[in-house]
Amino acid sequence: MSSIGTGYDLSVTTFSPDGRVFQVEYAGKAVDNSGTIVGIKCKDGIVLGVEKLITSKMILEGSNRRLHSVHRNSGLAVAGLAADGRQIVSRAKSEAANYEKVYGEPMPVKELADRVASYVHLCTLYWWLRPFGCGVILGGYDRDGPQLYMIEPSGLSYKYFGAALGKGRQAAKTEIEKLKLSELTCREGIVEVAKIIYGVHDEAKDKSFELELSWVCDESNRQHEKVPNDLLEQAKAAAQAALEEMDAD
Amino acid sequence: MARFDPYENNGGTCVAVAGADYCVVAADTRLSVGYSILSRAHSKIAHLADKCVLASSGFQGDIKALQKNLTAKELVYEHNHNKKMSCPAMAQLLSNTLYYKRFFPYYAFNVLGGLDSEGKGCVFTYDAVGSYERTGYSAQGTGATLMMPVLDNQLKSPSPLLLPARDAVTPLSESEAVDLVKDVFASATERDIYTGDSVEIVVINSSGTHRECIELRKD
Amino acid sequence: MDACGTQAAAAAAGGEGTQRTLYPYVTGNSVIAMKYKDGVIMACDTGASYGSTLRYKSVERIKAVGKHSLIGGSGEFSDFQEILRYLDELTLSDHMWDDGNSLGPKEIHAYLTRVMYNRRNKFDPLWNSLVLGGVKKGPKGDEKYLGMVNMIGTHFEDNHLATGFGNHMAIPILRAEWREDMTFEEAIKLIEKCLLVLLYRDRSSINKFQIAKITTEGSTIYPPYALKTNWGFSAFENPSKGAVGTW
Repeated sequence: MSSIGTGYDLSVTTFSPDGRVFQVEYAGKAVDNSGTIVGIKCKDGIVLGVEKLITSKMILEGSNRRLHSVHRNSGLAVAGLAADGRQIVSRAKSEAANYEKVYGEPMPVKELADRVASYVHLCTLYWWLRPFGCGVILGGYDRDGPQLYMIEPSGLSYKYFGAALGKGRQAAKTEIEKLKLSELTCREGIVEVAKIIYGVHDEAKDKSFELELSWVCDESNRQHEKVPNDLLEQAKAAAQAALEEMDAD
Repeated sequence: MARFDPYENNGGTCVAVAGADYCVVAADTRLSVGYSILSRAHSKIAHLADKCVLASSGFQGDIKALQKNLTAKELVYEHNHNKKMSCPAMAQLLSNTLYYKRFFPYYAFNVLGGLDSEGKGCVFTYDAVGSYERTGYSAQGTGATLMMPVLDNQLKSPSPLLLPARDAVTPLSESEAVDLVKDVFASATERDIYTGDSVEIVVINSSGTHRECIELRKD
Repeated sequence: MDACGTQAAAAAAGGEGTQRTLYPYVTGNSVIAMKYKDGVIMACDTGASYGSTLRYKSVERIKAVGKHSLIGGSGEFSDFQEILRYLDELTLSDHMWDDGNSLGPKEIHAYLTRVMYNRRNKFDPLWNSLVLGGVKKGPKGDEKYLGMVNMIGTHFEDNHLATGFGNHMAIPILRAEWREDMTFEEAIKLIEKCLLVLLYRDRSSINKFQIAKITTEGSTIYPPYALKTNWGFSAFENPSKGAVGTW
């Protein structure tokens, strides 16, 4: 890497001569090497999916979750350093709780995304802080309907129809683009997300993974929840079947 | 105009009688405030350790806080020393805990009963701010003034002025002591409006603890 | 503080700049609750008074807490709403774990007892009597729970409970007529009997009541309704007749 040895990559408070902050870019690498996370906006809600890589057979199923609820009707998927992600989740929770305490109504997703992005960005401004080694996809449902945001370690945040982070993001984005998101329901969406996660999983490099799925939609009463177990199993089976069909071709 | 009073007397009577190899701890289960009965079946007794039982009357809020506090401290002791706390150790701890709040006291009148390290019955009796004494028997709470003279009369404890000091434990057998406790509760219930409904009796001996409940007058 | 006692609830005590509740301001009245065959039933009127003035006529003093509990509150109404906010925070953070576990009535009641007791220790009480009822599946099947806690932290469980005036007037009726296996209809009938006595004898109660129930199916808070009253009792029309020694 050209930056190494130049001395411009040691601090977030030093720009390189061509105007880059290398520490933030390195933080992005932590995200790029993580398991894939996917978020899509369907016509009736949001579906979030995570390819949680299992590093040891002795890890308890369901532990080290990368999908978190942030409030009643928004949730967050984490790619990159899971521990850094929990810091962001904790901040997002207190922002959402505080907003509701003050205004007596749930926090709009846009507002929440802005606040979280500001927090992430803040950690790129001081020499005594390290930028977050994680990117997050934030999905929520408010009076303006379902919305999806992605926040990167730089603090950059955009609104998306479909977003992906991690190792398989390129392939995942290609797959998302093929979906007719405006006609897709969440019930169909979870199968699509499962297919994408199973599809981008690299069996050769990473041995096993656990699929985490959550949604906020009319069917979940506009609450952010883990997808019910029976639906999760159905989605897994459908993804598995699609994968085998592809291999057969 | 209503003014804030942090205390309330929820009444109740606690008794403990120690014998050579047993201890009886008892308390009624009435919870009252003023002329109202809040509950007829509210336990005032806490099992703090294997051979250590606490009965408390006074303000229920303080009593629960105190008993929870002691239970938690006993657990920490257990983790630190790998054994249950002895009854005399708990007695000292209770005194310290009460005195710690000397200027905003726990409004709790306690009787602690159990077996000491030699297996002999022991009773410790307290005031609300932590002064205490090891005795052979004691009563605390709203009915204590009615019960104590009867216990004095029946148990014939050797005078604490005698030298050399004599064992304070009562000469009664376990079942005689339990019967005496039932009698004093039945009697106090006749005259004390804060005592009644039922009495919870816990007997501690070498084989463990045994609990029974006897009905009292409900009026 | 003025003598008529209508001044605001907060007055400086302790250190400079701190304010605490020294007496209540807007108060709600009795809440009554009891266990029945399928769960717990709770009732109260919808009034809240400012001293002896009926300040609010349509407030909800029974609320659902989480999935398995109901709370009923009497006493200072603003403190009750503050408590509801605490409970909302508690149940939300519980919900966000999304791990299949949830706080039951027993846990909520334990939490409330600590909140109430800790506030009284700070000499800054929440001026309420709270009733907490609920049902939750436990290791021994469905477990019904009904508990109470007051402003200084006295707390206990029972099969039937009442706060305020209800403790004097409803409890004797409940003690005489309550049974463990009452159906919902029987329970409503008994509760209404208690509410009617309170309506007749408790000056600050109003004829607009709310009843709520909680079962394993969840909670239902019924819309407010009025009870049929009869003021034609001869003892009401001529109270001194037959009472020797009165005028």
